[in-house]
Amino acid sequence: MSESISPDVTVDSRGAACPGPLMDLIGKIKKADAGTVFELQTNDSSSSHDVPEWVEKAGHELLDVVEHGDEEYWSIFVETRE
Amino acid sequence: MTRIVIVGGGTGGTVLANRLADTLAPDLKRGDVEVTLVNDGPDQVYKPTFLYVPFGEATVEEARHPIVDLVDRTVDFRVDRVTEIDTDEKRLSLQRDGALEYDYLVLATGANLAPEEVPGLVEGGHHFYGAAGAERLRDALAEFEAGHLVLSVIGVPHMCPAAPVEFVLMADQWLRERGRREDVEITYTYPIQRIHGLAPVAEWAQPLFDERGIEAETFFNPESVDPDERVIETMEGTELAYDLLVAIPPHSGSPLVEAAGLGDGGWVAVDNRTLEAAHADGVYAIGDVADVPTSKAGSVAHYQAGAVADRLASQVRGQVPTAEYDGKTMCFVESGTDEAAFIEFSYERQPEPRDPNQYVHWGKLAYNEAYWLTARGLL
Repeated sequence: MSESISPDVTVDSRGAACPGPLMDLIGKIKKADAGTVFELQTNDSSSSHDVPEWVEKAGHELLDVVEHGDEEYWSIFVETRE
Repeated sequence: MTRIVIVGGGTGGTVLANRLADTLAPDLKRGDVEVTLVNDGPDQVYKPTFLYVPFGEATVEEARHPIVDLVDRTVDFRVDRVTEIDTDEKRLSLQRDGALEYDYLVLATGANLAPEEVPGLVEGGHHFYGAAGAERLRDALAEFEAGHLVLSVIGVPHMCPAAPVEFVLMADQWLRERGRREDVEITYTYPIQRIHGLAPVAEWAQPLFDERGIEAETFFNPESVDPDERVIETMEGTELAYDLLVAIPPHSGSPLVEAAGLGDGGWVAVDNRTLEAAHADGVYAIGDVADVPTSKAGSVAHYQAGAVADRLASQVRGQVPTAEYDGKTMCFVESGTDEAAFIEFSYERQPEPRDPNQYVHWGKLAYNEAYWLTARGLL
């Protein structure tokens, strides 16, 4: 599915430990319009669970979580809602 | 002659200037190197003092000290404001005194508060991250007899990462000591799913919150504050009413950094270990303005200054610099008004907080008194 997702904004949080990646995403989403598609890149394993949990609570849509096994990071795709 | 310019006279800037004055003493004496420190005012402000001001345990005057008394006499200290950084020409524009050219530049400009990023927060909230804010909060707390006290962590990352947890634990005890605690509800809010970014600190503080009846709201990201109705509205769609709001406001880096293309949001993009800027040659960043994955704390600036001083000394002497910063961070964490804990961690090592005790509390107070020795490069 991720092959067809072209994000409007890519947030590269690789190298940042939790809560860095989630806070990086929250900071960007705060300033974004509804309907913006984000790709959050993280190599922090706990973020791959924590970020989807926040996305659900905040009422945005989790489009996909893709694990790039060879490069050891995850891409978390999120679309903002009103 | 090699010209080293440091911008910012906080902890990082003064420790670095003094370390260079010490390490490069013969080179300075011979005139082979020049160290210039530029700050936009004559004083250094030691912000950890402000945590104690709302509780009447310190004054804002104690947080201030003339920089000229802190730095070695071989350092050229100038009170001026940098208005532009040109990393191609290796030149700084100054507000009062023309321009300043450098071979090596170290940015130590700190972090700024940006409460205006949250509509209503300036009017509706208090903070203890500056002298005026801490004094205003002291007056509000003195008159606060009953109601809902909310401490909301809005800006992450923020300076002194333990301070929000410390504030509510101190407020709890301070109110108990005055017989007001039964009439005051305390709520602490945090942006992510636990009460602190560092999991071991969250696990340490949560039982203390439970014991003392401090409520916690997580996944709580304020979007606006209604100062008339006294309500916080969040990105998650929730609302929280308050009577006294103490906020950790959003922070921003330096507009100079953004304008110079050195990093987003005014935070300098650096190598986490060498602290060399990613987008310019001969530029380092230390302290809060450096975008590294650890806390924005004085101890970080202190240790980073040591690593950068060693790297610069090597470079001045034509050697390959090998000193690196390993993420070392150290914090005292108050758990009330008479006990504290101590944590130390790095990029590779998580903190392991122990049970709080009175000796660590005294240690923290003693260190705050002795801090000016750190700024002088002595402690």
